[in-house]
Amino acid sequence: MPIVFHDVHKGFGTKKVLQGFSLEVPDGQTTVVIGYSGSGKSVALKHVVGLLDPDQGEVDVDGKVVHRLDAAGLTELRSSIGFVFQFAALFDSMTVRENILLGLKRRGLGTREMNDRVAESLALVDLEGVEERYPAELSGGMRKRVGIARAIALKPRYILYDEPTTGLDPVTASVINRLMVRTRERVGATSIVVTHDMRSAYTVGDRIAMLFRGAIRQVGSVEQIRRTHDPIVRQFIEGRPDASGEIDATAVEVTG
Amino acid sequence: MHDVVSVRLQRTFLAVGHFAGFLWDTARSTRDVRTWLPLTMAQMLRVGVQSVPIALFIAAFTGIVLALLSSYVFTEAAPLYFVGTFVGKAMLIELSPVLVGLALAGRVGANIAAELGTMRVTEQVDALETLAYNPLSYLVVPRVVAATLMFPVVVALASAVGIASGWITAVNLLDLSNPEFEHGLRLFYRHKDIWFGLVKAMSFGLAIAAIGCVRGLSTRGGAEGVGRETTRAVVHGAEAILVLDAFWALVLL
Repeated sequence: MPIVFHDVHKGFGTKKVLQGFSLEVPDGQTTVVIGYSGSGKSVALKHVVGLLDPDQGEVDVDGKVVHRLDAAGLTELRSSIGFVFQFAALFDSMTVRENILLGLKRRGLGTREMNDRVAESLALVDLEGVEERYPAELSGGMRKRVGIARAIALKPRYILYDEPTTGLDPVTASVINRLMVRTRERVGATSIVVTHDMRSAYTVGDRIAMLFRGAIRQVGSVEQIRRTHDPIVRQFIEGRPDASGEIDATAVEVTG
Repeated sequence: MHDVVSVRLQRTFLAVGHFAGFLWDTARSTRDVRTWLPLTMAQMLRVGVQSVPIALFIAAFTGIVLALLSSYVFTEAAPLYFVGTFVGKAMLIELSPVLVGLALAGRVGANIAAELGTMRVTEQVDALETLAYNPLSYLVVPRVVAATLMFPVVVALASAVGIASGWITAVNLLDLSNPEFEHGLRLFYRHKDIWFGLVKAMSFGLAIAAIGCVRGLSTRGGAEGVGRETTRAVVHGAEAILVLDAFWALVLL
């Protein structure tokens, strides 16, 4: 498995966010991590690129323990990963072209190749002609697409999406979902998508894992998750408010 | 009461330790010359050139006040040409570096903290890291190098303008001739007066930029956090200037 979370624990102050999070991400597939807002999905994702270090446990990428890598090792690892942030995280003092070029310059590519990559990646997200615009001049959906273009321009082996459809209208969200599928088909990267948007999860995912109370509650194929009998997972995927107050999660057998 | 003091002292020591660690990491990041060098010129323009108007404004009015104040103090106690001595010495070794430094703690320190703080809360700093850049090399080193190099230049200009404005005031409003003012200016002049002021200015530039960066990168919690850390950057920058001012006076005078 190219990306493996081993019993990861992470807390901030007294708040424990991840409590024994373990997950294997198969090569060439898109694994979607679903869960409630604030359940630690983004925290888990940031461990993969070394933006956060675990308090306990480890995250392995290509057999290397991320938090034990030195600066050079971390730079090499990050060169193989594209990260799409929740709110795109575009550099607002730079144009779209400069945003995409920034990562490419780090790879020491020639000017022509860099310009080709900018054009290719923007074409892949259907955004030709916005190269000289600033992020403030783009809509939320366009900014997310530029964020995806910035990630795929690097031709990464892995792409991590942090809440790619959050805050978008349903039509724009569908466009982003389609782009993620298209990106996987053309770039062939192994992906992790963190979301609480079930439509997105069903559209882009090969496998779905649900994070609940700091650990994986259930993991399986899209069909397995659709047909799950786990009440916690069912409640989440059907978007039902919990009528009985709180479900006793520990009393339910986890399958899948 | 004792507990409060001890907790505050503990926090202060922790903050100083954290800042020292940050400076050490920043110094190590200067090895990545390919990243920070191309960005430094733009920062020199922002930190240095764009600070010149406010620095000269402060210096011009300080020079006027110094000339009038010294003539008032020296009346019948010392020859009037001591106005030149007082204006020159005070501008070069103390007032120009400190007053300009305090003004720039607001202008430059706040600017850096707000910019990096906004980048932090909008995940732009994280994005930079995922693109395989070291934020210290990319964001901190260019700002710290630019401020360290440009503050002495700005302070030198301010000193010149302050002395000139004091001179013009003395000649036009006081009963002092050009040769008398010049005589006073040269009377106890030592080259140390110049480099002492410039060394102080360099240390102020380094401190203000580094504090702005560390506060900005420590920002948490959205717009409120940016506001809080920007205020801290200005306050801590001003405190650092006063502490460094006393330090250099003890060490070099």
